[in-house]
Amino acid sequence: MANFFSKAEVTSSGRPVLLRSEVECHLLSSVDLEPEDHHNFSPLKSGLLILTTHRLLWLPSSSASTPTSAAAIPLPAISHIFSSKKSLKSMFHSPRIRFQVLVSPDGRVFDPGSGSGSGSGLGSRSVVLTAVVRGKGDCDGFLGKFWDSWRARAWETNETSGSGSSSVSGSGTGTGTGTGTGGGLYSSDGSVRMVGVAGILRKEQELWESTDKSLQDAFQDLNALMSKAKEMVMLAEKMRQKLLSGTNSQASATNDEDMGSKEEMQDWLLSVGIISPVTKESAGALYHQQLSRQLADFVRTPLERAGGMINLIDVYCLFNRARGTELISPDDMLQACSLWEKFDVPVMLRKFDSGVMVIQNKSHSDEEVFVRIKSLVTKPEALRSGISPSDAAMTLGIAPAMAKEHLLTAESTGLLCRDVSPDGFRFYINLFPEIDPRDVYLVKDYGICDTWIKAVSTSGLR
Amino acid sequence: MQKLGDFKLPHFFNYPPYFTLQPVRETREKQVQLWKDLILDYCRTQKIFIIGLEEEFPLFSNPVIERTLSHEAREAFFSALVSEGRAEWLDKGHRKCLILWHRIQDWAGIILNFVKDNGFEDSVMTVEEIRSGIESRGTELHGIDRTILMRALKILEQKGKLAIFKGTSADDEGVKFSV
Repeated sequence: MANFFSKAEVTSSGRPVLLRSEVECHLLSSVDLEPEDHHNFSPLKSGLLILTTHRLLWLPSSSASTPTSAAAIPLPAISHIFSSKKSLKSMFHSPRIRFQVLVSPDGRVFDPGSGSGSGSGLGSRSVVLTAVVRGKGDCDGFLGKFWDSWRARAWETNETSGSGSSSVSGSGTGTGTGTGTGGGLYSSDGSVRMVGVAGILRKEQELWESTDKSLQDAFQDLNALMSKAKEMVMLAEKMRQKLLSGTNSQASATNDEDMGSKEEMQDWLLSVGIISPVTKESAGALYHQQLSRQLADFVRTPLERAGGMINLIDVYCLFNRARGTELISPDDMLQACSLWEKFDVPVMLRKFDSGVMVIQNKSHSDEEVFVRIKSLVTKPEALRSGISPSDAAMTLGIAPAMAKEHLLTAESTGLLCRDVSPDGFRFYINLFPEIDPRDVYLVKDYGICDTWIKAVSTSGLR
Repeated sequence: MQKLGDFKLPHFFNYPPYFTLQPVRETREKQVQLWKDLILDYCRTQKIFIIGLEEEFPLFSNPVIERTLSHEAREAFFSALVSEGRAEWLDKGHRKCLILWHRIQDWAGIILNFVKDNGFEDSVMTVEEIRSGIESRGTELHGIDRTILMRALKILEQKGKLAIFKGTSADDEGVKFSV
């Protein structure tokens, strides 16, 4: 049966891996996928049906099955979508969505991407599939979106823009095509051709105007925004390309500051862009579940950069910035994080005794942090005057609030102890366990006490 | 090594966390233990019987590292001494504390030894004589707190080792030993 469908890739937390410029449109839970008359595959039971602009994806529910059993049907393979019949009988049934799929001669779903025998085998055979919606999802809404996506033929526009990537900007401004045709003052479309610096300036301005326009269009209303989403991503990618080519060609001319800002810009552009955000509209009741999985995928990079632990508030800001629009509320964030316990994801939510909440890798161990803290507090300077949370933050490369949590945890295990004085709140290596109450003057050789006494005595304290 | 008069202070007296009441249980237990021992040691060598928690006391602050015990910490350490029977509160507000580097019954034993050593088995002495007489000079009894001495004598009286009677002056009492 796995051979019948195209393969769908899934991330480790169970979110589908989307194609280039593919956008998720709708989700339905508890959906069975059944063949109508042929026996090409055994029915897929109770999974998550995801509609994107390019494909129809079926994912097995939660972690019950291996992620390899996810199935995909490319929308171009669909030859017909049956409108739902309103009959008395259908009122008592679970809602059904029926559609016809083209099958290639080797008995698999026709895949335009594979190219094998696609020309000759097209339409030779087709199979009717039925999606039985056993959940409470909005079936009519799904059908509507299904029609829209199928008709929009997003996969075709993607192919054409891919073949002529350089002409994307040219078609927008109209100047790119004009310059090459004639030698006169007028371009082919009648506008005055500009040359030299003025021409470049005008070209720049036109570019900005068109950018401005697409931004304005984008914010007109939410539906327009969804359709503009792809253009926005393309714009961002184009800017990145331009930045890349700019640095290559004029590397010698640009000064360091310029390079720095360009790198920053590139970094920023890369960090922006969850192309297909999970929204309440698209996911409905599954919202928190899907958000949770998406978040798990997202936090990996920032987590790595932050050394395995990151403040929940920081993640909230990063995540919403990446989403751009369709922002989530703090409450949704917290719910999504607390759902991780139920999924097999490599990250977890942790609450410190002080109430501070962080996201950390499951593999993250406090031991590792303690080793670093210990090496920090046993330096001569720290032995003499202790360390403050900000000292630890600088050495460990984490936020001061986070460093304080680590220090408090280290204190509770007996590694450190505190010193509260007018100078502030500082931490010292814990010497108490090594002191022998029967002989308080005894100092063990090579112990931490010995090291401490030596460090203190060299400072001229006595 | 830092000294207070002729008293040798341990190294950790210069360890700043020693002056902050530690919140973690295990660490705190050890800290309280060390403070109890230091207070008793110091009081024994300096013959100090009463400490006022709100008054100046050499151990309460360390000018070298500029640290001072908070009132909360002082009360915690002395409460620990009280619960072990090595100190007693002299008032309800817990402002004054009687330090018992020897427990009362140990003091009673010391008195008995003193009596036997000096052959006072059947003699009569005033309480003041025990505290500051020539015979007690050089012993631990010299300069003993009057309250502690009276309570030790009462224990011995209950055991029938002596009898306390009113002396000639109102503020002095006599003791008739019958060991």
